[in-house]
Amino acid sequence: MELFDNHKKLFSAAALFFIGLTILVAILPAWRNQYNNAPLPNATPMSEDAIKGKEVFISNGCVACHTQQVRNIVMDKVWGERPSIAADYAGLHRQSIWINTATLMGTERTGPDLTNIGLRQPSKEWNLVHLYNPRIVVKESVMPAYSWLFEIKEQPAKNDVVVNVPDTYLYGRKGKVVATPKALQLVAYLESLKQTKLPDGSPSPDFLYKQQVAASEAKTETSTGATILNGEGLYTANCQSCHQANGEGLPGAFPALKGSKVVLDDNAALMVNIIMNGYTGREKEGFGPMPAVGTNNNLSANEIAAIMNHEKTSWGNNAKTVSADEVKKLMDLAKVSATENK
Amino acid sequence: MFNKFSLLLIGVILLLVAFPLNYVFAQDGIPSSFSFQSITGIMLIIITLLILILLAAFVLQFKVKEMNKEQLQSNQENIEHNISTYISRFTSEQIDQYFLWKQKRKRSNHQNGNSGVGTTRKTLLFFVFLFFAQQLLAQGPAQSVTGEAGIVITTILILTPILLGIIIMIVKVMNVLKQYRNNLKIKEAEKLAEYLQQNDDVNLDTALMQRKAALDFSLHNDELSGNAPPLDKRGLIQTDPDQTELPIAAAKKRALKRPNIDPALSKLVLWYIGCAAFWLIFGTTIGEYIGIKFVAPDADHISWLSFGRLRPVHTNSVFWGWASLGMLGLGYYIVPKVSNAPLASIKKGWYALYFINAAVILGSLCLMAGINNAGGEYREYIWPVMALFGIGLVLTLINFLQTIARRTTKEIYISNWYIVSAIMFGLVIALVAYLPFWQDALGETIIQGYYMHQGVGMWFMLFTLGIVYYFLPQQLNRPIYSYSLGILAFWTQILFYTLIGTHHFVFSAIPWWLQTVAIVGSAGMAIPVIAGTTNFLMTFKGAWYKVSDSYTLPFFLVGIIFYFSGSMQGTAEAFRSSNLIWHFTDFTVAHSHLTMYGIISFFLWAGIYAVVPRLTGKEAPQLTIGAHFWFALVGLLFYTIPLMIGATLKGNMWIEGKPFIDSVVMMAPYWLWRAIGGSLMWFSHLLFAYNLYKMFSGNVELNVPEAALEKLVVNNSSESGAQAII
Repeated sequence: MELFDNHKKLFSAAALFFIGLTILVAILPAWRNQYNNAPLPNATPMSEDAIKGKEVFISNGCVACHTQQVRNIVMDKVWGERPSIAADYAGLHRQSIWINTATLMGTERTGPDLTNIGLRQPSKEWNLVHLYNPRIVVKESVMPAYSWLFEIKEQPAKNDVVVNVPDTYLYGRKGKVVATPKALQLVAYLESLKQTKLPDGSPSPDFLYKQQVAASEAKTETSTGATILNGEGLYTANCQSCHQANGEGLPGAFPALKGSKVVLDDNAALMVNIIMNGYTGREKEGFGPMPAVGTNNNLSANEIAAIMNHEKTSWGNNAKTVSADEVKKLMDLAKVSATENK
Repeated sequence: MFNKFSLLLIGVILLLVAFPLNYVFAQDGIPSSFSFQSITGIMLIIITLLILILLAAFVLQFKVKEMNKEQLQSNQENIEHNISTYISRFTSEQIDQYFLWKQKRKRSNHQNGNSGVGTTRKTLLFFVFLFFAQQLLAQGPAQSVTGEAGIVITTILILTPILLGIIIMIVKVMNVLKQYRNNLKIKEAEKLAEYLQQNDDVNLDTALMQRKAALDFSLHNDELSGNAPPLDKRGLIQTDPDQTELPIAAAKKRALKRPNIDPALSKLVLWYIGCAAFWLIFGTTIGEYIGIKFVAPDADHISWLSFGRLRPVHTNSVFWGWASLGMLGLGYYIVPKVSNAPLASIKKGWYALYFINAAVILGSLCLMAGINNAGGEYREYIWPVMALFGIGLVLTLINFLQTIARRTTKEIYISNWYIVSAIMFGLVIALVAYLPFWQDALGETIIQGYYMHQGVGMWFMLFTLGIVYYFLPQQLNRPIYSYSLGILAFWTQILFYTLIGTHHFVFSAIPWWLQTVAIVGSAGMAIPVIAGTTNFLMTFKGAWYKVSDSYTLPFFLVGIIFYFSGSMQGTAEAFRSSNLIWHFTDFTVAHSHLTMYGIISFFLWAGIYAVVPRLTGKEAPQLTIGAHFWFALVGLLFYTIPLMIGATLKGNMWIEGKPFIDSVVMMAPYWLWRAIGGSLMWFSHLLFAYNLYKMFSGNVELNVPEAALEKLVVNNSSESGAQAII
């Protein structure tokens, strides 16, 4: 055939075929997406520090293990309140003349998704300790230690941010661990990662593949009469990274729940209040502020009751357990006190 | 008739077993909704059991018929005829025995006898009756089943022993039948013995004598050769007759001596391959180290060596350093060869090599220093670095096109289709990925999906296929099976592969229709993959024996197998239902190693081991080539299979809503296996480097006769020189 024996015709045909398809499936859709989407009206712009923190995030290749996309399937519900939509990424442009746009959506979840990490883990103290060496707070973690984002000083200056690192993780070095600006910027970036609420009235896209979960939930309900949630699992997912699996917390950073007055108290009001609204009552003792885990992670009364009962009956704790109904009432009270404080 | 029927039944059973698998891969999104508690599950089990019982019944009925037939056959009339056949079939030993017996008989008169036949028919009938009774019993509970788990379990418990009983019964009936048949034969044997005893015919004896002589005839093995030592006029005897040690591995064929290649081109190709090997060692050393970091995350705390920075150094240096330079090096050999024309410009070839090496060196340094292009996979080099790579490709493209334009063959051999297209497409892909006009917001992600998959499919895969279309027929010394299949694969690869990029972002915020197009394209990939695989395997047809005495063909074979399985795995992964489980897990890592390593690297090694001995005239030790092959293959399997198992478990844990950290803990042993497999692979690369060294400049052991001849030549020329001066 003539086409096949003429190199000009053959290779032009192949190139045109490929370029044509490329325009159809890559360039045109990319172009359309770029111009047809706008950021959500209530999206908060990133702070100066957070923008610099994103650069640190990019240059250290964190995207290799952390995604930033909540897929529209039920199993991704743990990473955000709603699936990510095109508008969430609409405000992103080229980083600089050298560096491309960074949606940082990622293709691998060796570590957790970070779309909503600013809500899930807002504690600056935790983030700094965790960056210095993740295994201080999460023993099983395989994340690299970013200790080069910190300095060790004999005598920290007044406005230095000192991080409470146990001696075993100093590998024999003496002094106080001080966060460099880069570490603080990175944490500022992580804290800024929050899903923007959709404007009032606009329907949130659905999480797909629901049937499965619905079916398994229904099964536990019929077999026992009432839903029994796994308090230990919920504790692992929501509380353990600070208070630790043994409930002993980390001295100088996160208070112990083992033997804690608040946990052992028969009146659960304060405990529910702390879970729903956060807590700064022990900052003087050197403990960081506790985030409003219950509100941030959208936990139900059932789930909070399961967590509380796990805490009240584990590690030698032996306090009266609470029911979901009691917790529900106390949650309503906590809501009232939260609005009063505002 | 019976065999056909049983085949049909087996087919039905297989179909029924495959039925639940169908559910697993169904596109309606619910993976494996098959359950032993559902009605379908019970029905399946019951139907399978019933079919098994029916099958057993048919087998027995057939056997009974057969037996009846044999009973009829053993009538008196046939016996005489049988006896003459038996005698004519006597073997040499049997004839010996016969004469021995005859001699003995002459001396003494002895007689032997044997006992009668048992009544097996009754036993058999009893078993058949028992069988039908059981069959009735089995049908009882099976038909009155409701969907409740308890009843299902009970049914299975009842059916299991019945099924076992049927199997045992069949075995026993078969034994009875065999006994019965043996008894019949004993009868015949008695008759035969009787006949031989009573017969004193001399004719029979002479006939038997003659028969024995005929049977015992054999050759001396030197009728044709005689006793003189061999005169090897065609140089067929290669092995050293004095070497009597047992070899550790079977000796493979040595590379054929070919007409000399232009030494300048030779040098260029060798440099490409040498640089590629360097980047292979460099890139996989880093890969090995980051693999270890999954097991020992505190191995070091140096920013330049942290996981996030080293991971792209590993991927990019094996992509642009090892695989790309390796491919181009082989390309510089193939394109002029199949064009039957010299390479247009050796100089441009060298410049391309410099630019690409510069890109990988600078790129690796940038990445370790924390300078990258925002983290899109394989797009981590910033544009000034990637531009160097692009210049290298442009130079090569011009060079190859000019060479092809000067070709002295009419047609353009298919290798050149693949190779030139791969370079053109590689350039298009790089431009689309690095031009800034369509990279804002989600545009970046859509381009990213396109880029990373086209890089793999249109640059690496297409180029490598071109290499295989040249070297595989050459190594097999047979033409490619079908030129048309190659052309079909070429165009369909462009059509379908271009579409599939966004399957890396299924369920993400990019348009749903685009995800669907990518999934459809992934399914379409079956066409080029099956066409290519068929073509390669059919080229092996009739030459399979060559695999065992070649050290390049095993590499090709493994590459072809992974080409099929790895590519089809990619299709399976693209479906929405499998995305639920495997996306974001280590399955992707396993898949990319199966393909980039199992396909691309194995094909490259095959090509390198085929071409380098032709260029240098030296071969690597076959033992270390074999060791390279096995370490790489076993290492790859150790690497990928545990990762795939662990990733499946991980995906399921996520679906079940287990805490994330639990899935990290669960992966630990699988990551350890990955590190072990990775170490084996890495070791194989050291062997590869050693082999390459041996082929490049290995000190060949001094060959005494050769050295002596050389000396003679030198002496001769110095003498004649001296004479000239005088």
